[in-house]
Amino acid sequence: MHHPPVRPPRPMLALKLDERMAGSSIKDDADPAPVEEFVLVEQARGGDLAAFSELVRRYERRVYRTARHIVQNDEDAEDVLQEAMLKAFEHLDSFQGHSKFYTWLVRIAVNESLMKLRKRKSDRSVSLDESIETDEEPIVREIAVWDDNPEQRYSQTELREILDKAIDSLKPIFRTVFILRDVEELSTEETAEILGLSIAAVKSRLLRARLQLRERLTRTFKRKGDQILGYV
Amino acid sequence: MVTCKDFLRELGEYLDETTDPATRADLERHITECPNCWVIFDTCKKTIQVYKGMDPQPLPDPVHNRLMRALEQKAQQRGVKADCPEAQA
Repeated sequence: MHHPPVRPPRPMLALKLDERMAGSSIKDDADPAPVEEFVLVEQARGGDLAAFSELVRRYERRVYRTARHIVQNDEDAEDVLQEAMLKAFEHLDSFQGHSKFYTWLVRIAVNESLMKLRKRKSDRSVSLDESIETDEEPIVREIAVWDDNPEQRYSQTELREILDKAIDSLKPIFRTVFILRDVEELSTEETAEILGLSIAAVKSRLLRARLQLRERLTRTFKRKGDQILGYV
Repeated sequence: MVTCKDFLRELGEYLDETTDPATRADLERHITECPNCWVIFDTCKKTIQVYKGMDPQPLPDPVHNRLMRALEQKAQQRGVKADCPEAQA
């Protein structure tokens, strides 16, 4: 695999992490475009903390959102974010570059999140086993037409609450697949690799998750005056 | 002849546009004739769109700052030197 030449890491003492906010330490003055991800990864691998901090800045919100959806509380999500970023920093040498950096990072975060869930003594339902509910027929109970743009009836905060509540109501095996595929927009193959599932299991769980969310959101977004119909 | 059950089974691939052309044509014919399946397809598509349209919220400053402090400490443990005023905050 051939990459364009990578700049050598800058001397660490010359770098300040707050400079990364302005991008001054990791951009060429003549080139305002964001630094390519693989360049940052190479620099971080060479011990450049500012380069790694730029990677953190790019992905911390998405990693936190993914963790938050899986573990379902802010405190654990923060722990997962921190543990995942520290592990990534520590084990950057094991990142082969065959996948995207974010895919590698989110895999660490998902594993940390699932470990958190499993550690909770009260939650015995956490399993990603292939055998669970993959062969059953999808079920649809409620059907109603939605408004054209139902989300416009709500403020961003209200909408976020509605969507988060719907995701939180799904079982871990369904919400994790949905988050990776439809929120984080990873491919089926990437999702299968991250979760250690077959492609068929990812597809089956994704469909069930989508149908369950559709059903929950139908109660909120259905066109006023329309009946919810049963479905056989 | 595609039944509603067949349609539901294929819905995931249909939404992802990964069905083969012949199956796709069959499914499209089915939803023109079955209002219920059309609604399921349409609302599933909207469900995905509404989630895709939500940007992640900014990380609260204290969370970001704690992360940067932890990273700074880890770097120091590993012998990486870096000046990090943000972590002092």
